[in-house]
Amino acid sequence: MPPSHTSLLRLRTPEGIAFDLPLAGPVSRLVAWMLDALIIALLCSVIGALFSAVGWLLPDLAAGVMLIAFFVSQFGYAILLEWRWRGQTLGKRLMRLRVVDATGHKLHLSQIVLRNLLRTVDVLPGSYLIGGLACCLTPRAQRLGDLAANTVVIREPRMEQPDLTQLLAGRFNSLRSRPHLCARLRQEVPPAEAAIALQALLRRDELDPVSRARLFAELATRFRDRVAFPEDLTEGLSDEQYVRAATDLLYGGPGGGDRR
Amino acid sequence: MILDLEQFIRNGRPLWSELETILTRMETEPRWRPTLAEATRLHYLYERAAADLGRLATFASEPMTRRYLESLVARAYGEIHEARDTSMRFRPATQFLREFPRAFRRHLRWFAWSAVISLAGVLFGAMALVLDPDSRHATMAYGHDRQTPSERVHQEETGAPSGVGGSQARFAGFLMTHNLRVSLTTLALGMTGGLGTVISLFYNGVILGSVAADYINDGQSAFLAGWILPHGTIEIPAILIAGQAGLLLGAALIGRGSRDPLRLRLAAIRSDLLTLITGITGLLIWAGLVEGFFSQYHEPAVPYALKIAFGLLELLLLILFLTRCGRDNPRSPTKHPLTTDH
Repeated sequence: MPPSHTSLLRLRTPEGIAFDLPLAGPVSRLVAWMLDALIIALLCSVIGALFSAVGWLLPDLAAGVMLIAFFVSQFGYAILLEWRWRGQTLGKRLMRLRVVDATGHKLHLSQIVLRNLLRTVDVLPGSYLIGGLACCLTPRAQRLGDLAANTVVIREPRMEQPDLTQLLAGRFNSLRSRPHLCARLRQEVPPAEAAIALQALLRRDELDPVSRARLFAELATRFRDRVAFPEDLTEGLSDEQYVRAATDLLYGGPGGGDRR
Repeated sequence: MILDLEQFIRNGRPLWSELETILTRMETEPRWRPTLAEATRLHYLYERAAADLGRLATFASEPMTRRYLESLVARAYGEIHEARDTSMRFRPATQFLREFPRAFRRHLRWFAWSAVISLAGVLFGAMALVLDPDSRHATMAYGHDRQTPSERVHQEETGAPSGVGGSQARFAGFLMTHNLRVSLTTLALGMTGGLGTVISLFYNGVILGSVAADYINDGQSAFLAGWILPHGTIEIPAILIAGQAGLLLGAALIGRGSRDPLRLRLAAIRSDLLTLITGITGLLIWAGLVEGFFSQYHEPAVPYALKIAFGLLELLLLILFLTRCGRDNPRSPTKHPLTTDH
């Protein structure tokens, strides 16, 4: 089955913990490759200029060494960078992609060399046709070099420690004064819906005002339909404040009491 | 929703940060080796992060924390569960002098097939030229069909060289990179199940066969031997070894007679492929130098007998190298210098 851009590589540790790595799609890999091709072209230009400058002394030797330097740049660029930067070239780094072992282990030098040398067949008959087709047709979006080296290219979005404290903690939550309703809310709201509310709160500043108001109105209605809190507790709360209070209950755990 | 996410993050954060710091150090300082205490701590932190991920996956559906923990566990998993030799040192001299002949001998069967396919190409090219002389325009590459062998020999021997005079280094550089490209393509075409490698070997054989038959037909056998042998005795085996590697790759892909999954079959030959590539590179560098600086000089400057003797001596040394070098000393067990990938 052709992989979609949301394809995941699922790995399971011996401890029984499963985790997913998002696989890179052909388009992002193509952009990374184009960036790398540009860098290699620049590198070759610099080498050419350098050898032209010193070539007056031994022009024949300079020309011979330059040919070899071009060749080494073309193949060595990706091998060297993927080795030193653990599966990343400059293009991949800019596109937040990384080559990893398909079993989750450390990427090995032999894998890096093989996947890059087999590029000679992936580019055939031109414009990466074979590699691109293989990437679209294999379940883990692998070109032939990746298949031989047992590697995959994953997306690596910026990962920072989650910080929910600013969102949920340290604020008075009037809904907590009815513990039985809080417990019912936790019971009634499905995890997916709670996750949507949390994400909406985390990303609220990215939304335009109209969309923001509409989204929180819809979420507040859904929460109110599931559990009705007394009006004296919710009076004066905007939809967004209501959703924040409800999400605080959902993610704040049963350890109750008002928090100030 | 029985997990207090806020408290969960507050409790986990110091341990996650500590694990992240160790992992970053391991990634940025490949030569750093943790002490036993540090390794034990790393393992503990990994298990805690994995357990936190398990709890989060079971009791909450907050994607941001989950993604963060997944990335942390994935990084630590790669470091902790890697059982292969993770030495990042590449020793080309050991690789070439010891491991290359060993890998060559381990897969001698595929070298034999590579030679047979090339020989079939040579015979086809030679027969095509003998039976249909006009086929030289189709079977000869690199401009050899532009003049007859006699014309070329006359030109070379009367002091009008064929175009490399004064630019031997450039020519040698071109030959090295070109031959390496051909060899890598022949190897890489093994990913077509070996079919592409077979075609490449056969085609190279056809070119060689038609050129050889053309010179022999024209009575220029001595020139041909003096021209081809000094570099050909190294270059041709190098391309045959590239074919050997390509056929080995193709056979691993097809997996006939093996119950192992594709991943294991490819992992089993990966280090040998790399070793063969190292060997091919070494041979082609030498062949390029010889072709650029020696093969293109002909009589009266260099006697053909000397060139032929030089070529035969190289062939003898190559045979000795491939059959004798890297034999195990039973008292000193050896370790693969690049990888143990099994």
